[in-house]
Parts: sequence; structure tokens; C-alpha cells
Amino acid sequence: MSTAFSAVLDGLTRVPGVRSALLVAADDGLVIAESSMTDVEPAAVAALAASLAARLARAVAITGYATPRSFHLEATGGGLMAAPAGEGLLLVAVTEPDANVGLLRLALRDAAERVG
Amino acid sequence: MRAIEPWVEAPLDGFLRESSARIVLLMTSSGQVVAQHGFTRSLDVMAAAALGAGIIASTTEIARVMSVPTLGNVVHQGAGLSVLLAPFAMPAGTWVALVVFGPETSVGLVQLFCTRLAVDLAAAAPQARPAAPILAEQFEDELNASLRTLFGR
Repeated sequence: MSTAFSAVLDGLTRVPGVRSALLVAADDGLVIAESSMTDVEPAAVAALAASLAARLARAVAITGYATPRSFHLEATGGGLMAAPAGEGLLLVAVTEPDANVGLLRLALRDAAERVG
Repeated sequence: MRAIEPWVEAPLDGFLRESSARIVLLMTSSGQVVAQHGFTRSLDVMAAAALGAGIIASTTEIARVMSVPTLGNVVHQGAGLSVLLAPFAMPAGTWVALVVFGPETSVGLVQLFCTRLAVDLAAAAPQARPAAPILAEQFEDELNASLRTLFGR
């Protein structure tokens, strides 16, 4: 993993409650870089998150709200937050249920600007 | 979808549903077709199986020359359609999945569900039994039976 991407993803995993962070090729659903602290399967998360992001982007486009800036999926055992980061890239964070979501949203926006 | 081995159908059906792949060909590493979905002509299947098995044989040989244990999947991404060739271990030897997919899915998703297909197939496979010798007089009958199963004629 390149040092630049490593620094960005490490910044995300320092947010309380973030289990892992990934930089994903949005069109391909492949992992470009990862910073994981758990046994989360990065390739599976990348593929499914990219697919979800593509479908959500289509749904948002139909409403006329242009491009989504982020999306947050809450589940009983944790969550997933993602944000587009420049041309064809997607930042994904896998979280614990008690993650600091507000701080993570800000961190994702900051990370997206640094990557893009 | 058509399969020579009935136990292949359920895992392959799941893969097709989840990956949104357009065409799938399952074959042994020697190019013998096990199942297919999306092909309409037997000649296309034979050519695809032979070429797919040839590509995997080539990459296996490259891995041997490079002294690495194995090379993984082969992906050829096109502007419209893309192709994934994925070899995987089965109880009776190596099988190869040739998957053609479009922009409605992604290489990541197809690879993910292809990995799961390999696991599901290995779990569904019957215990390997020693193959009976194929006699010359049986060969054409067996070939024709396989083609009838794969193409319904």
C-alpha cells in the first residue's frame, strides 16, 4: 500500500469504533488499499460496497440530487459508511455499533479530499 | 442453464442470480464441459472451453517457469463485456469457470461470487470415484449424450 493511501486510511481507523477502512475502485469493486484491524474480508466488503454505492448513485440521480457525498448503512452488529473519493474511487469504513458516526463522516470527507 | 452433473445446478444457479453474469461455462482443466449458461451454439461452447482451458494451461506453465505455486484468476476487461477465467480445486481435479459479464456488475462482485461458487461446488460434489475406462465404441455415444444434455438436442 502506498504511504499516502496508508496515512489516509490509518486516519479513518483512528476514529473511535472504526474496525477497518478501505480504498476501493468504484467501477471494479476491487480493493486498492486497506487498513484493517479485524477479520473483515476486504475483497467481499469492497465488492459489495461498490455495488451498493453504484445502485444508490443511480437512485439519487433519479431524484435529481446529483452525486451522493456519502452513505451510511446501519446493522444490528455494526455499520458501514462510504464516500466517493475523486474519480472512480470509494472510501469505505466498517464500524462497530457504537462508532462515532459524526466524527467518521467528517473524517471520510477529509480523506476523500486528500485522496481525490 | 444446462449441466451434465445435476448437483452442479443449484450452486451455479445461485452464482448466476447473485453475480449478474451473462454467460458461464464450467469445465475441467482439460476443457471438458461440465455446465453452461448463455451459449446457444455447441460450436461456441467447444471453442470457448478449448480456449479457456488453453489460457489456464498457459498461466499455469508461466507460474511454473516463475517458480511460484500458482497464478490466480485471469480477467480481461473490455469496454462492454469482460471475461473472467477462474481455476479452482475440486475433489476430482481442477475446474475452470469462464464468466462473461457486462457493466451491470463488477469484476469484484463476479470474483467474490465465483469464490463462493467454488466452495459450494466442492461441498456439493459427490465422493470422487475411480473413473471407468472409456472405450472407443462408447466415446461417441458419451459425447453425443453430453451434447444433448448441454443443448437439449
